[in-house]
Amino acid sequence: MSVADIAFYCFATVAVASGLFVVLARNPVHSVLWLILAFFSSAGLFVLLGAEFVAMLLVIVYVGAVAVLFLFVVMMLDVDFSELKAHMAAYFPLGGLIGAVFLAQLVMVFGVWRSADSVFERRAAPMREGQTNTGALGELIYDDYIHLFQVAGLILLVAMIGAIVLTLRHRPDIKRQDVLAQMYRDPAKAMELKDVKPGQGL
Amino acid sequence: MADLLNSGFGVALAIAAQGLMVIAFVMISLLFLVYGDRKIWAAVQMRKGPNVVGAFGLLQTVADALKYVVKEVVIPAGADKPVFLLAPMISFVMAMLAWAVIPFSDKLVLADLNVAILYVFAISSLEVYGVIMGGWASNSKYAFLGSLRSAAQMISYEVSIGLIIIGVILSTGSLNFGDIVAAQDGRFGLFSWYWLPHLPMVVLFFVSALAETNRPPFDLPEAESELVAGYQVEYSSTPFLLFMAGEYIAIFLMCALMTLLFFGGWLSPIPGLPDGAVWMVAKMGVFFFLFAMVKAIVPRYRYDQLMRLGWKVFLPMSLIWVVVVAFFAQFGAFGGAYARWAVGG
Repeated sequence: MSVADIAFYCFATVAVASGLFVVLARNPVHSVLWLILAFFSSAGLFVLLGAEFVAMLLVIVYVGAVAVLFLFVVMMLDVDFSELKAHMAAYFPLGGLIGAVFLAQLVMVFGVWRSADSVFERRAAPMREGQTNTGALGELIYDDYIHLFQVAGLILLVAMIGAIVLTLRHRPDIKRQDVLAQMYRDPAKAMELKDVKPGQGL
Repeated sequence: MADLLNSGFGVALAIAAQGLMVIAFVMISLLFLVYGDRKIWAAVQMRKGPNVVGAFGLLQTVADALKYVVKEVVIPAGADKPVFLLAPMISFVMAMLAWAVIPFSDKLVLADLNVAILYVFAISSLEVYGVIMGGWASNSKYAFLGSLRSAAQMISYEVSIGLIIIGVILSTGSLNFGDIVAAQDGRFGLFSWYWLPHLPMVVLFFVSALAETNRPPFDLPEAESELVAGYQVEYSSTPFLLFMAGEYIAIFLMCALMTLLFFGGWLSPIPGLPDGAVWMVAKMGVFFFLFAMVKAIVPRYRYDQLMRLGWKVFLPMSLIWVVVVAFFAQFGAFGGAYARWAVGG
């Protein structure tokens, strides 16, 4: 067994086990932490597959950004989770059945999977000799499929603007800070010095 | 012996030994960085700083570390014990992990990944977990507020750091540190380095690095006047030591990144002098001095100002810069200063 094999079994076991703990953990924050471990070990599996660019993106985007926001939300939730967990026994048979059916289907699909001998010559975008997978992905996304990529970006932009438009409310009754106005304020305009005579007042 | 070295076990052993060497380098520099930080800070305030333990107080950090280790670990009653203890470990280990890909010269590098810079970026984006987990597991209001602040701050500045790095990558055409440094090699010594063509981004990167590592003036997560010590409130003894060590290692890593990305890594500043790891370490030292000076002379930012700076100033500036660099690189502006993939790496 080579070092890569040992690494594969480590990452695979950790990924599956942490996936299990995401479901089983009593505390939702612990669930998210297990989820992060699952992401991290799948990034390790990507590295073993030779897809280091995808692995790094997985860590940066999912672990570094998405899961942080997730953790934020879960930490601030004020839900009685012990009450939610109390119904777990009731849902367990149905959930277990769905899981078992899904597993059986996957086994049936991958158990009989045979690829033809000529498959490797027919790949649509094989990597050239000496090309890194960062370069190969870049060529695919930005050269071959640039229009589809741009359209995908546009759709995301529209969704983002839509979300902002739907939730943005300008409330006239709250005080807003105008930074530029603050910076251009000077003592001459802000205060006035008065020479008060004794015994007279203003 | 030769058989052993060529077997898988031998290779694993050799890698472990090299890894230990990197860890030893970082830990020893850490001892003197903390000392240097305190000395510089003291000098600015016209104090003497640590001067009792060892000659000139050089061993002060060793004494401090010993003191932390032998003290009692206090765990608050309502704390989530496993997460509470895991948080400082994560913050320390993540800070240490990134050093695996930092090269000290063209041959002295532990792991020469071709996505090295993405790796550093990914690992440094994980450092925020130590802070969030520590703040949440302490079961204390101050600690939780500190960790929320810290998480928002680190995510905000990570975005602009990422965009600044993209500018450098565009100029180099590679994600490998060796290639990035090789691309800065030129006839003019220090004037061929990236700091000149990427000058605005050097400033932005420095400020973002301060914010990313929670250094003053952006040390709001632990702002003692408001939050006592933020996410570190409940920590004592070795866990606290790990948090602090992790923070300093992250700062030192940012110094290394500044050096590699903009200041030519191990290249010598004067044409004719030999390149070498000495230059790399010397440049990192200079940047650490700058970090320490900023801590000493700049007052703390307000939190909303920090967020405004990150999202409304740095993000648009670095985004525009990426577009500008892309055009300069494509059309070979300024004698190809922005398109170095044809020149060097």
